[in-house]
Amino acid sequence: MFHFSNIVRTRGDPKLVAGGPSLKRPEDQLARALGWFSIGLGVVELFAPRRVTETLGMEGHETLVRAFGVREIMAGITSLSVEKNAGLWARVGGDGLDAAALLSGLTPDNPKKGNIVLALLMVGGIAMLDYRAAQDTRPRRPTRDARRKLYPNRSGFPKGIESVRTAAKQIAAHAAGRT
Amino acid sequence: MKALVWHGKEDIRCDTVTDPEIQDPRDAIIKVTSCAICGSDLHLFHNYIPGMLPGDIMGHETMGEVVEVGSGVDGKLKKGDRIVVPFTIICGECDQCKRGNFSVCETTNRKRHLAEKAFGHSCAGLFGYTHLTGGYPGGQAEYLRVPFADATHIKVPASIPDEQLLFLSDIFPTGWQAAVQCDIEPTDTVAIWGCGPVGQMAIRSAVLLGANQVIAIDCLPERLSMAEAGGATTIDFESESVLERLKELTDGRGPEKCIDCVGMESHVMASLPDTLLDRAKQMVMVESDRPHVLREMIYVCRPGGIISVPGVYSGFSDMLPMGAFMNKGLTMRTGQTHVNRWTDDLLHRIEEGQIDPSFVITHTVPLSQGPEMYQVFRDKRDSCIKVVLRP
Ligand SMILES: [Zn+2]
Ligand SMILES: [Zn+2]
Repeated sequence: MFHFSNIVRTRGDPKLVAGGPSLKRPEDQLARALGWFSIGLGVVELFAPRRVTETLGMEGHETLVRAFGVREIMAGITSLSVEKNAGLWARVGGDGLDAAALLSGLTPDNPKKGNIVLALLMVGGIAMLDYRAAQDTRPRRPTRDARRKLYPNRSGFPKGIESVRTAAKQIAAHAAGRT
Repeated sequence: MKALVWHGKEDIRCDTVTDPEIQDPRDAIIKVTSCAICGSDLHLFHNYIPGMLPGDIMGHETMGEVVEVGSGVDGKLKKGDRIVVPFTIICGECDQCKRGNFSVCETTNRKRHLAEKAFGHSCAGLFGYTHLTGGYPGGQAEYLRVPFADATHIKVPASIPDEQLLFLSDIFPTGWQAAVQCDIEPTDTVAIWGCGPVGQMAIRSAVLLGANQVIAIDCLPERLSMAEAGGATTIDFESESVLERLKELTDGRGPEKCIDCVGMESHVMASLPDTLLDRAKQMVMVESDRPHVLREMIYVCRPGGIISVPGVYSGFSDMLPMGAFMNKGLTMRTGQTHVNRWTDDLLHRIEEGQIDPSFVITHTVPLSQGPEMYQVFRDKRDSCIKVVLRP
């Protein structure tokens, strides 16, 4: 079987024959997809805010869109990192801000209000995914008050800690006497 | 054979790979009887250290039985010998090896050009620890090729079980070197940040070397309880102020000796704003390490004192208080461990019953459960401190 990683192996080093199962769960893949989506959207908002405001009939709000772009990129990077859960919750919060901003543009005189409704639907859908991913990727660290095993008997000194201390003192005294 | 293989961030799998072969006359192949997951493996698990490639075999704490030797091993090892494999690969004959500076052996890094670019000079080759240090396949596997095997081994007697010997490969000499580097005097207070496996070994080493007082800092009750069992006074940094407690415990003088057993991934906490900033910078790749512990040590260490850093750092650290470091006349000593410099003495101490390093093991599982144990160890679930794998 061909494995891409084998082409960089030094000759003679073990090569992959058959892959074992990955512990990556579907929610990890979802988090990853949302992270990249967040960065993509953020880049558009940051560098082409005008296209966004024109599509939504909300010209004049470019600075806000840029700021949202930065927020999306930060949340995206965090969602791709080891702290993906924090990134996903940031995205859930961001979805709320997005919805609020879109609602503020949903005025009767906005000729593009159809697009805003579409955008709101999209934000709603993505928000549901964000929320699910955030729920499912909660860190599995035990909480501070979780029950734990303690190890009060594991000194590592088979003869007891006092005998170690006494021996160390004797060595120190001996060394002091010599100098 | 089966081996734990790195596939990317948080993705280690138990794959089937081809068996290692003798590549050089100085090689030996061992059948692994025990290996362990190290705290520094978590930096790779999180993909914080550059230079891993999908398909790399993890692991640098390994022991086993020699099953094949190359023609150049020269009688130093033979089939059937039981050895612990030091995580630093050494040639035993270069200028640095002759000085006992084994972790900066000038011969064994087969990808030295990468290390020279990153660090200015190459360091020794390491098992299972990125292509910067040679890209050598690691020992979380059924078999391991040991390069330069005539020098890279610690022969161990058959009478002592694996658990007591395995940590001669890394964490025991690492904690020991960290304490020895402190030039401990009988009046000294030694403060140790981090009560993971290396921290636990550093605590025992400081006690063995006769420190007057050993103080251990962590936030996990199980780790603090083990630290206390080893003779340390403990500080829980989530519920107490480290600076204030250290002052109290040293009559305001500060600890003479400080040891960083945490390294680049220090705990991120809202009450420590510098850790949040470091984490944010790390994410956008403008800083590689989170040096909170270094900052704290420089601040609290008694003037004229020594700071010893066995914790792993990979690249760049920001905002180190060099003003305090310089004006207080501190000394910093660090380095990957010169394993073979210490192991004769440490093996002797184990044989004599002065110390039994197996106290640190909390989990022993078959190799195939390794991928899950990376998660358990990382999340500190089930009061996990040290995982031993049995192929
Ligand atoms: Zn290690
Ligand atoms: Zn050498």
